[in-house]
Amino acid sequence: MSEAGPGLPIGILAELTHRCTLQCAYCSNPLELLKADKELGTAEWRSIFEQAADLGILQVHLSGGEPILRPDLAELVGVLASRGLYSNLITAGVGLDETLTARLAAAGLDHVQISFQGARPETTEAIGRLRGSHEKKLAAARAVRAAGLPLTVNAPIHRRNIEEVELFIDLALELGAERLEIANVQYYGWALLNRPALMPPREAVERQIGIVEAARAALRGVLAIDFVAPDYYASFPKACMGGWARDAFMITPDGTAMPCHAAASIPGLRFDNAARLPLTEIWNRSPAFEAYRGTGWMNERCRGCERRDIDFGGCRCQAMALTGDPTETDPACSLSPLHAHVLALAESDAASAEATIHPRRIGGARAGELTR
Amino acid sequence: MTRPQRPIAGAQSRPALPRHVRMHFDERRGAWALLSPEKVLWPDEISLAILRRCDGRSEAGAIARSLALDYEADEDEVLADVLAFLQDWSDRMVVRL
Ligand code: SF4
Ligand code: SF4
Repeated sequence: MSEAGPGLPIGILAELTHRCTLQCAYCSNPLELLKADKELGTAEWRSIFEQAADLGILQVHLSGGEPILRPDLAELVGVLASRGLYSNLITAGVGLDETLTARLAAAGLDHVQISFQGARPETTEAIGRLRGSHEKKLAAARAVRAAGLPLTVNAPIHRRNIEEVELFIDLALELGAERLEIANVQYYGWALLNRPALMPPREAVERQIGIVEAARAALRGVLAIDFVAPDYYASFPKACMGGWARDAFMITPDGTAMPCHAAASIPGLRFDNAARLPLTEIWNRSPAFEAYRGTGWMNERCRGCERRDIDFGGCRCQAMALTGDPTETDPACSLSPLHAHVLALAESDAASAEATIHPRRIGGARAGELTR
Repeated sequence: MTRPQRPIAGAQSRPALPRHVRMHFDERRGAWALLSPEKVLWPDEISLAILRRCDGRSEAGAIARSLALDYEADEDEVLADVLAFLQDWSDRMVVRL
């Protein structure tokens, strides 16, 4: 429990749909994907976004699944723009053509982030499992540019594309992107299930860090490179979501308000639905938000640590997944007694040469559905 | 490929906000915010005074002159501060030179 009560939230990740054109093995959506008939309607999202503006939210990330599959996307962007909220479209880009980008730009969209599964066409096709997807993404990036919108290239990194980091940098420059996100996959949900096929070896991670640092220095003022570290190999955990229910949260396609993507993996948490309960009430009182807000829930190790307001004890869902106790220190932290175990997991996965994956699609998490 | 060069701030630069950055007055907090895709920045009074003048037309030298007048400060000193600010913010891609 927090003693002082929460401050005002800054951002919402709105997952408009779980439907997607791709099937990435590391997708941050849950293993049980929601079907279209569970999605909130336009009026419900409109109301949520209006309430978000009243609550003090400044940024809304429109995500999915693939948000451009929602026919009401431009209308929802319009609601955000009318309230001065910064709108960021997070898309895989397949199907984002000039007509749609022009409509979104006219509606007041602020920024577009397009994911590239590889810097090479073959890689993009193999990881996203869609033929021709790389060319479609390139076309989408050009359409974004043609509409005068700023662009981030998002590159989710794992063992199968970690050697393409330099090519990703060239790609972002060629496309005229302002920003490149080199985001090492975080292992929850689908990525946890597919971890043996995705975990990169430590040497490759170190090479990657060297490349990113050099490029950052060389491209100051030209391309901003954000780096999300692969935390199994890190010394300290990431500040997941900037702290549990501290300044951002997410809403799933059916309206469930959650502190982060994987929060449903923690047993016993009670979530509220933003289509049924006022957003202010959810932010201030939702039991799931209160559960790990602040520092009161922490164990002695984290509560007494000088980094507790920097990383907030790391990720609750990772603590749950790897230690079975959501109040434990995230074992990505070198001060956790389980850190060596986590490192060993990563190293053995990286060395496993596992090539089969569970494809991200409805029913794909069940055993038996494996593909190369 | 040949890579673009780092922009360097000079008295003749005409700074502007890049297209992914937007200034917004936040009613709830009663403060100006600089919104960008991943970050929200809360500029202090001096930063704000500079950023407001980054309209893509005014040169950094003219911006420094007008600030020196407003704050009754030495113009050369203000120019040095303004250029340092612009260089730092340009390196972080929050200002375009
Ligand atoms: S990670 Fe891949 S499958 Fe998941 S939403 Fe993004 S593009 Fe779709
Ligand atoms: S002990 Fe806890 S607070 Fe300290 S660095 Fe590790 S995770 Fe963070």
